Amino acid sequence: MTPDLIYGLTGIAVFGIGLVGALCVQERLRRVLALKLCSVGAGFVLVVGAWREPPEMPDPVPHALVITGIVVMVSATAVALALIRRLQTLEATDER
Amino acid sequence: MSVDISAMMLAIFLPLFGAIAAFLLPRAAALIGLVALALTTGAVIWLAREVWQSGAVILPLGGWGAPLGIDLRADGLSVAMLALTSAVGLLVSVSALDALKGAGQSRQRQYFWPLWLLLLTGINGVYLSTDIFNLYVMIEVIALAAVGLTVLSGTRAAVQAGLEYMYASILGALLFLMGVGFVYLQLGRLDFAGLMDAEPTGALIAAVALMFVGLALKTALFPLHFWLPAAHANATAPASALLSGLVVKAALYIVLRLAQYMPFPSEALLTLVGMMGAGAVIWGGIQALRAERLKLLVAWSTVAQIGLIFVAFARAGELGLTESWKAAALLILAHGVAKAAMFLAAGRIKDEIGHDVIRDLDRSPIRPTLAQFTFALAAISLIGLPPSLGFIGKWALMEGAMASGYWHWVVVTMVGTLMSVAYFSRVFAGFLRFDRVRAPVGEHQGWALADAAPLTLAFAAIGLGLMAAPILSFLEIGYPFGVAP
Repeated sequence: MTPDLIYGLTGIAVFGIGLVGALCVQERLRRVLALKLCSVGAGFVLVVGAWREPPEMPDPVPHALVITGIVVMVSATAVALALIRRLQTLEATDER
Repeated sequence: MSVDISAMMLAIFLPLFGAIAAFLLPRAAALIGLVALALTTGAVIWLAREVWQSGAVILPLGGWGAPLGIDLRADGLSVAMLALTSAVGLLVSVSALDALKGAGQSRQRQYFWPLWLLLLTGINGVYLSTDIFNLYVMIEVIALAAVGLTVLSGTRAAVQAGLEYMYASILGALLFLMGVGFVYLQLGRLDFAGLMDAEPTGALIAAVALMFVGLALKTALFPLHFWLPAAHANATAPASALLSGLVVKAALYIVLRLAQYMPFPSEALLTLVGMMGAGAVIWGGIQALRAERLKLLVAWSTVAQIGLIFVAFARAGELGLTESWKAAALLILAHGVAKAAMFLAAGRIKDEIGHDVIRDLDRSPIRPTLAQFTFALAAISLIGLPPSLGFIGKWALMEGAMASGYWHWVVVTMVGTLMSVAYFSRVFAGFLRFDRVRAPVGEHQGWALADAAPLTLAFAAIGLGLMAAPILSFLEIGYPFGVAP
């Protein structure tokens, strides 16, 4: 087991845990968190893939991909959270 | 330093700047939206002329070509998709002017235009990208704008459906991103040209499969369609028309492109794709037969039609892929035009009658005949009666399937067609029965200028079938699949 293999498998495992959560969990907020976990896993795998033995420089392209992915995920999370809040308000008014 | 203005850049940046302007100036949003849309349509026409005269056009952005920079490329297929987007988009916008004119809809009016222009940016971006990471960014732009449009009405059902859509969309995008990452780690390239002559190793096929699952989630291919019916049925009419007519097509187009440039998975996987399509045709049909509301029925018919497009894709196996994409592209165009018309018409019917419960359509003394006529015309194209574009698409599908001896796809298409006749007949019966009405029937009530846009779309869905030959030869410009094995 080389270190990058261990890290890579960890990333895939994190992605898998997130995937299971996103598909199986009912609670809205926890599903958002599960999706976040997925994105962390995906980013992890890409960053590990960019790693090279120390004298060599790591490949910058996957880093750029991960940064874009993070930006996208931040905005997607914001939208999802806004929708959840809105839904909660609507449900509260319906029940009253 | 001078910058060459190209039609491709305009097609992406005009809607983007329009979206920003419409957001900053909410009072003039509709005007800005229409102007931006008209200009974008002009850019697409300009691009179409260029492609028609000199074949595929490539533009390295900022002078940096692939693999380091980003290329935009337009060929017959992408221009056809761009033309579909602007034509449908322009007409839906015109009808949105009317659909959102109510006094209580100022909020919707304010946000519809920025979101729709942002959506247009993303869609045009997808059709011009030549690089899988760029495609990822563009489908994210589309997803965020599309979710915004879904929840525009602000009702509880719409927000709930929008949230489900958001979850599905994020997950789809993450799977796609994971696939993109794996492709890069193996090949060191992200542009289509660099992917073309890659060896189909097991790891690469796994990466492509990840991307495909992500796209299937975004385009709502059975059994990953669970989010679509609620989202499309609960949005406001213009938003539904855009979501069903245009948004799902973007992910479908990426599937076509991936099959073109990437080493395609084996015959068995292609059959699996076809089976998923067949499942969608049948399950979508069953659910449309059971749907209680008109808009839900139309949304389930979208699920079935998307399935049919995948069946067209798989109709002749791996060897037939060089031809099958044309049948799929024809069905994409036909569905885009007809479904937009149908959703707008359904929205008009709901507005005039006051509800869209299919069972009670025939109890209403109000008969919005023009909208009903539009609905029927669109249904003709979706069912696939001649001479509509839907007919040509289905014909191409079955012809290819028969020629290569894949009779089971012909059976699936036939079953799907019969089911669509059955579920649309439920609606027609509601339109044409008069014996359950208590009050005198106002035959010509509910005609409005708002019917003009959907009617034009519906006539286009029928009439384009007569122009199928030029459309097909246009699709082949730039030989999208000429290089594929």
